[in-house]
Amino acid sequence: MYKSYCVRKSIAAGFAFLAATQVFADGVGKVKISTGSVFIERAGARMPGPVGATIEATDTIVTGADGTAGVTFVDNSRLSLGPNSTLAINRFRFDQTTHDGNFDSSLKRGTLSVISGKLAKRSSDAMTVATPSTILGVRGTEFIVRVGE
Amino acid sequence: MITRVLAAIAIAFLVAGCASKPEPKPVLADSVILLPHADGTTGAISVKQGSREVIIDSPYASAKSGADGTPRTGRESEAAVKQEFGALLAALPPAPVSFVIYFQSGSNEFSEASNANVVLLLAEMARRPFPEITVIGHTDRVGTDQVNDALSLQRAQRVKDLLTQRGIAAERISVGGRGEREPLVPTADEVSEPRNRRVEVSVR
Repeated sequence: MYKSYCVRKSIAAGFAFLAATQVFADGVGKVKISTGSVFIERAGARMPGPVGATIEATDTIVTGADGTAGVTFVDNSRLSLGPNSTLAINRFRFDQTTHDGNFDSSLKRGTLSVISGKLAKRSSDAMTVATPSTILGVRGTEFIVRVGE
Repeated sequence: MITRVLAAIAIAFLVAGCASKPEPKPVLADSVILLPHADGTTGAISVKQGSREVIIDSPYASAKSGADGTPRTGRESEAAVKQEFGALLAALPPAPVSFVIYFQSGSNEFSEASNANVVLLLAEMARRPFPEITVIGHTDRVGTDQVNDALSLQRAQRVKDLLTQRGIAAERISVGGRGEREPLVPTADEVSEPRNRRVEVSVR
């Protein structure tokens, strides 16, 4: 009985893994709105962030003085960055089958608005946004964050 | 002479010291404002500054990091938020929308109502920036978790194939299976319920 439970669990985990892999094959989010200067920093390189650009799990999104960006993630979380803003994604994991995972980011400067998605609905500590002086724990919600100057 | 040189050096050091003395840093007051959902409900946010924590949970409630290490709560007006953050909020991508697809019984074809949903789906894709589709399969509660997880993924894959046949690029479509975790109609375990054997297609 116990053994069959274990086997069942591992098979389920295997399928969950397959599902998650398929979803993440093309990044964890996409730029949907991009005006002015918008950049994506990945592994020390900086590239432009036009509409349709892929966001990976540890990217940093940067806007210039005239820049605004809107991004939708695979768990349906949505966010926008105002001008002169820097958002570093520290961790993004999402299991499409169980909805388990984490979305942790740091707003280093500027302004951010967020409408949380399936991750924050599943668990109250699945989504956090850090600012230089605070850590926000998101419990299924919409909000605006601004870093002090 | 030596005294004069030493004095000059001393003065130079003093001046340099003055110039490089750091300006007192302004206190970084980071702030967060909670907004109501489109449906009128409001979630909650825990705001931690060091070991101090406050929770805000009502519309337009706000919290700011305080100079003394404790977050301060307050409230903003809807009008002030619109005025100050209108452009930021306007840059949020549109909300994802979902359509439910059923199959004709015992066939791989969509039901008639589902065909109409596919037309709506294509229209929705046409008016979105860089639209993407997630296809999530669901099952009823008959059978074990591992069987239902696999079955729901197969159903989703079948819908993906049908959507690509209708001209949607395969790389814009991701698939997943939720098994029996998210029934449309709640039932006891092992109950056969056709309305739960469905595939949800969402456009974001």
